[in-house]
Amino acid sequence: MSSFKPKIIAFCCYNCAYAAADLAGTMRLQYDPCVSVIGVPCTGAIDLTTVLTAFEEGADGVFIAGCLKGECHYKVGNLRALERVKYLKRVLSEAGIDGDRLEMYFLSAAMGSRFAEIAKEMTDRIRGMGPLPLNGCPEEGEGK
Amino acid sequence: MGVEKSGRVMVVGGGIGGIQAALDLAQAGFSVYLVEQRYAIGGTMPILSRTFPSNECSLCNISPRLVECGRKPGVTVMTGTEVLAAEGEPGAFKVRLLEHPRSVLIDRCRACGDCAGVCPVEVPDEFNQGLAKRKAIYQPYPQGFPKAYVVDRTACLECSACEAVCKPEAINRAQKPREIMLDVGAIVLCLGFQPFDPTGLQRYGYGRITNVITSLEFERVLSSGGPSHGRLVMPDGKVPGKIAWVQCVGSRKNSDGQRHCSSVCCMASIKMALAATEQSEVAVEAVIFHQDVRTWGKGYERYYRRARDQGIRFERAAVERVEDAGAGQVRVVFAGEDGKTRYENYDLVVLAVGMQPHDDLPRRLNLKLTEDGFIATGTGSLVTSRPGIYAAGCCTGPKDISGTVTEAAAAASEVAVLLGGARGTNSNNAKHAASERDVRAETPKVGVFVCRCGVNIGGVVDVPQVVSEASKMANVVAAEELTYACSQDSQNYIKEVIRKKGLNRLVIASCSPRTHKFLFQNTLREAGINRYLCEMTNIRDHCAWVHGSEPQKATAKAAGLVRMAVAKARTLEPVEEITGAVVPSALVVGAGAAGLSAALGLAEQGFEVHLVEKSDHLGGYAARTYFDPSVPDLPAFISKLIDRVMTHPLIFAHLQRQVAEVRGHIGNFTSVLDNGDTIKHGVAVLAPGSAEYRGDEYLPGDPDVLTLSEMDSLLGRGKGNSLHNVVFIQCVGSRNETRPYCSRSCCTRSLDLALQVKVQSPACNVYILYRDMMTFGRYEKLYQRARGAGVVFIRFDPEKNKPRVIRNENNLTVSVPDHILRRTLIIDCDKVVLATATVPDDVKALAGLFKVAADSDGYFLEAHHSLRPVDFAAAGIYMCGDAHAPKTLEESILQAKAVAARAGAVLNRGVVEAGGVFARVDPQKCVTCLNCTLICPYNVPVIRERYSEIEPIQCQGCGICVAECPNNAIDLVGYRKDQMAAQVRALLRGEV
Repeated sequence: MSSFKPKIIAFCCYNCAYAAADLAGTMRLQYDPCVSVIGVPCTGAIDLTTVLTAFEEGADGVFIAGCLKGECHYKVGNLRALERVKYLKRVLSEAGIDGDRLEMYFLSAAMGSRFAEIAKEMTDRIRGMGPLPLNGCPEEGEGK
Repeated sequence: MGVEKSGRVMVVGGGIGGIQAALDLAQAGFSVYLVEQRYAIGGTMPILSRTFPSNECSLCNISPRLVECGRKPGVTVMTGTEVLAAEGEPGAFKVRLLEHPRSVLIDRCRACGDCAGVCPVEVPDEFNQGLAKRKAIYQPYPQGFPKAYVVDRTACLECSACEAVCKPEAINRAQKPREIMLDVGAIVLCLGFQPFDPTGLQRYGYGRITNVITSLEFERVLSSGGPSHGRLVMPDGKVPGKIAWVQCVGSRKNSDGQRHCSSVCCMASIKMALAATEQSEVAVEAVIFHQDVRTWGKGYERYYRRARDQGIRFERAAVERVEDAGAGQVRVVFAGEDGKTRYENYDLVVLAVGMQPHDDLPRRLNLKLTEDGFIATGTGSLVTSRPGIYAAGCCTGPKDISGTVTEAAAAASEVAVLLGGARGTNSNNAKHAASERDVRAETPKVGVFVCRCGVNIGGVVDVPQVVSEASKMANVVAAEELTYACSQDSQNYIKEVIRKKGLNRLVIASCSPRTHKFLFQNTLREAGINRYLCEMTNIRDHCAWVHGSEPQKATAKAAGLVRMAVAKARTLEPVEEITGAVVPSALVVGAGAAGLSAALGLAEQGFEVHLVEKSDHLGGYAARTYFDPSVPDLPAFISKLIDRVMTHPLIFAHLQRQVAEVRGHIGNFTSVLDNGDTIKHGVAVLAPGSAEYRGDEYLPGDPDVLTLSEMDSLLGRGKGNSLHNVVFIQCVGSRNETRPYCSRSCCTRSLDLALQVKVQSPACNVYILYRDMMTFGRYEKLYQRARGAGVVFIRFDPEKNKPRVIRNENNLTVSVPDHILRRTLIIDCDKVVLATATVPDDVKALAGLFKVAADSDGYFLEAHHSLRPVDFAAAGIYMCGDAHAPKTLEESILQAKAVAARAGAVLNRGVVEAGGVFARVDPQKCVTCLNCTLICPYNVPVIRERYSEIEPIQCQGCGICVAECPNNAIDLVGYRKDQMAAQVRALLRGEV
């Protein structure tokens, strides 16, 4: 599996997780370039189709990172995102995709080192799982 | 009075304080001259590598402010200019200035550097603290404003080589010094400080031993823009493994320096030690030799803990001398707490040099100075001994960036009160927003600008490669690289390209959109294009900085990020600027000293204020207190303040009332009080204050064990005349696991009360059991006075020798193991005084009502620790007083004045603009399922007809409703679902 180069998308809210990713940079913490961040105002804004599109287009892993629980800038957005991630994990496994390819994280703007850790965690996890099965058999849609 | 007041204000000093004052004054409608003696504004911040406690890049923090100063209508920046004299009275000063020749015409210079390339002269570079060389024609620093070279006439050989290569013919060595006279209504001095120079001191070896450097020199070593590009090397070229910091060099009566504490060096050294261990290519052992560790500011104690957890060693010691130990080693000889002299060898020793005042201008202006030589100001005010002249920042005493910014804003509010009616009259605010070209029918023409950020991006990512890939992407008609995309000349260049190539979309690949997007949006707007047609991607923080060891992969990733941004940019739509009128009144919650000062500051600017207080009286803590070291004669001060508030016709006090409900947004809030009264207001100020903690430690309920307030009350009533032994115990409930913060004012209050005990009972023995005396800045003198008065100080460590208080039959004793005497002291005492923690009051409830954030210690969370210390992230809501963080009473009052400046500017302007991100409902698709109305945290969606309606100016732009809508009827403008999909596709499939 050493030749496998995973593609991981991180949807991060600008208030906390994106700021933590910035801080990881300021602290010069290193993680694998296979992780790319997409900023959103709040993780609560990420709808089902956006996540499913990511997998459909070839992401091997996706994580959503929002503010700490109880500290969402928009009060409940991160908790709504968590519910959606739980639901999507089920949808994914029904489509034959390991639900652990999707994960939800909570972190504050000050947690730069935690962001780098998460990036490593997800990279290791996806490396262990190998490429997304869809990528090998594109005709088999995931039905959503 | 007969004086016709001028609406012009002069701000002297272009550091972060002067910049803040200038921007706040301009925002409030005044016309500002920002006068700086050096040839670029920025002051000390650009020299620093990072700022504590957020560890952010200091230059990146200030850079947008520099650009803002350059583009703000109403701000005229005058560099190379000094103030000679000022005559006149408040409202009408005549200021005489001397402009030194720059010898380069700012409007012609393109900062290309051709001149410096041919200049044969090399001299030490002041910006790099002499660690690097510069030419005789040079830029003060690359990101400085104005972005233009300057000829150092003292070094210049007059060889004309530069003139020969300067294509725009910008060099004019015939320029002569010139005197300028300006009429202004008020003057704000933000002169900053000068670092203590340890050259003359034998004992630290500075100047003799190669690897002994000052803290500012080390800042440059750490800075990615410094002489070694952030690579940790010593003056001798080697990489240090062991580094020692020596604190208080030139501070706290040490080494012939000043008597004051320089306030920030403890934190600055912790920051540098952390940065050194993080940035170095080898494992670094970092030791800080200190007297106390002064972590008095917000978030500072946590930062200190983090440093200890990461292995930074803190050695409490008096450094006797620093010697050359041979073989490139530097020896630090110190006396530990046990009094024994020891030594240790290091590769590098950093001297934490203190802050000293600039005194030439204050003396020229005949201003009264403090004992320490800083500019003296009024109590709770920034007015100097000359009315109409104000001083803020480090020129009034050493302080951190957030304190400087707060004072600068407070000075702006005092000016606004003085010149109130004259604002706007002399304003050159004529610069109207350029009219926007309608681009909706045009095909997307995207311009991509890839920033090198000096070496920050360019040192890792192959920028030309990224530019080349970008130029091949669909709809991209221009792709270029920039050395610093955020600099003023880059903005002009981007505008030029937009015009030349007819761009209608802008992509900037540089740093974080969180800090810089507004800047590029404004540039786009100034070029006549709707500002929401701008997209940014972060190839620095999220790419170059985190993949520094993998340049090829980083380059590929950067290209992917740019592809993603271009894909989104193509789908961006112009967003109409929606403005709303501002209700010209303020709501202030809490009527302590902070709330009262904020209310008065706003009312005196002419705005209606509703002051809501839950108790039945005004004044809060201050009204119940007799002694405060920051406000002499507190009872008289506070009763005068209350009187002015009570008699002000624009202030309406609502006593014994609480806010029950809040609706609306900046410019248009509606608050309902618990009696049903409804108040409409444009801004809100939250100042609920704090409470005094009293846990179950140290005999709660014992009549002779008092808190600071109880002791204050006893002494205030004159009942302290028969005391024999009094013991103060510091940090009760502070700086522990539960409350990992310093309560900031208790050390100084304890000292003040200890001295009061000595006044009432001169023979009384007074003991203060402390961990670190937090007598920052001028309060160090209070500490020295207490020692002089015979107060005994005994240090304890809560883990090793925590004091115990024991109530026996007839007496009260305190026992504490003394580490100097090496025996346990048992003190019989009449009173034990506990300096208990400050705890936030009502913050949680108000945070919930106003939908604003609190930090992990339970205090309000400001928008930015250093640069926006009184703003909430939510627009139109401000904080002041202890609810932001524990502070001295005077600091609370000044912070309230800063709020009056910030909030007053919003009220004065009269209109607010909606942000470009809001939810939009497709009425055709909406099935009125009510989901959005139920889920919106701000109750914005309403159903009037047969579909949900979301008011853009009220919508906070979170998009929660978008993801919850079962029929896909809502989209988030700026983050539409098709845009998200386009981004994902561009990244994963490489499509564009």
